[in-house]
Amino acid sequence: MKAHLTRRYMFSASHRLHSDAMSEAENAATYGKCNNPFGHGHNYALEVTVSGPVDESTGMVCNLVDLDSFVRREILQRYDLENLNTRAEFMQTVPTTENLCTAIYDILQRGLTQAHLDKVRIEETMMNSFEYAGGSDCVIE
Amino acid sequence: MVYLTRKAEFAASHYYHNPDLTPEENQRVFGKCNNPNGHGHNYTLEVTVKGEVDPRSGFVVDLKQLKEVSNREVLDAMNHRFLNKEVPEYSTRIPTTENLAIAIWHRLISKLNKAQLHRVRVYETPDLFVDFYGEA
Repeated sequence: MKAHLTRRYMFSASHRLHSDAMSEAENAATYGKCNNPFGHGHNYALEVTVSGPVDESTGMVCNLVDLDSFVRREILQRYDLENLNTRAEFMQTVPTTENLCTAIYDILQRGLTQAHLDKVRIEETMMNSFEYAGGSDCVIE
Repeated sequence: MVYLTRKAEFAASHYYHNPDLTPEENQRVFGKCNNPNGHGHNYTLEVTVKGEVDPRSGFVVDLKQLKEVSNREVLDAMNHRFLNKEVPEYSTRIPTTENLAIAIWHRLISKLNKAQLHRVRVYETPDLFVDFYGEA
């Protein structure tokens, strides 16, 4: 029996949305308040969904201790209470939640061996969220 | 196709233990959840059904029937129960959230008349939930 398990984590980080490919005026028009040079922050909620057959012996898709320790080590320690713009992965790309979603998906996809990664969902605020399940589609709600 | 989700809450206790494993293995795999005296959660159940909207009623499903079936098959059996000892499915299986979602799916699927069951979602805590779509 295949089940899908979702675990939710919180982290807080700051960022500034600014593209070197645009003029100052274009940046201001595109990103508005998010272009403030001093940055601003969010409490992000991250949902990681994994799937697979339920192990007969444990009743689990994936041991939560393993999932939690991986996400804490590879994602939360990397981003919690950090400025996203200073991270190597956002040197060339703007740290929008779309790009954060795909960056986190890629880290999990490469290193998480305990279960199949279905998707990553991030709430930047209570009013917006982003999903990435691999491939080329990033869904914005 | 329209999807309709009904939410319900129930409280239950459980513990994780596999008699085929040694006490040390049980402790290693299940950690604190292996405490034989059990511990509890406020579970939130979401049952999603799907179908076409009936042009006469404007409904996908008769909500009253969905509520009755959910109450009878799930809540009456599991609310304020010790899952390991009082729910038959868990005499042979470990009452993890995964196995709860699967058992609830099977309890509902045969009892719903017109509604087509799409998904059973069980929240163990606000930070953890499992979806089951009836996949083999």
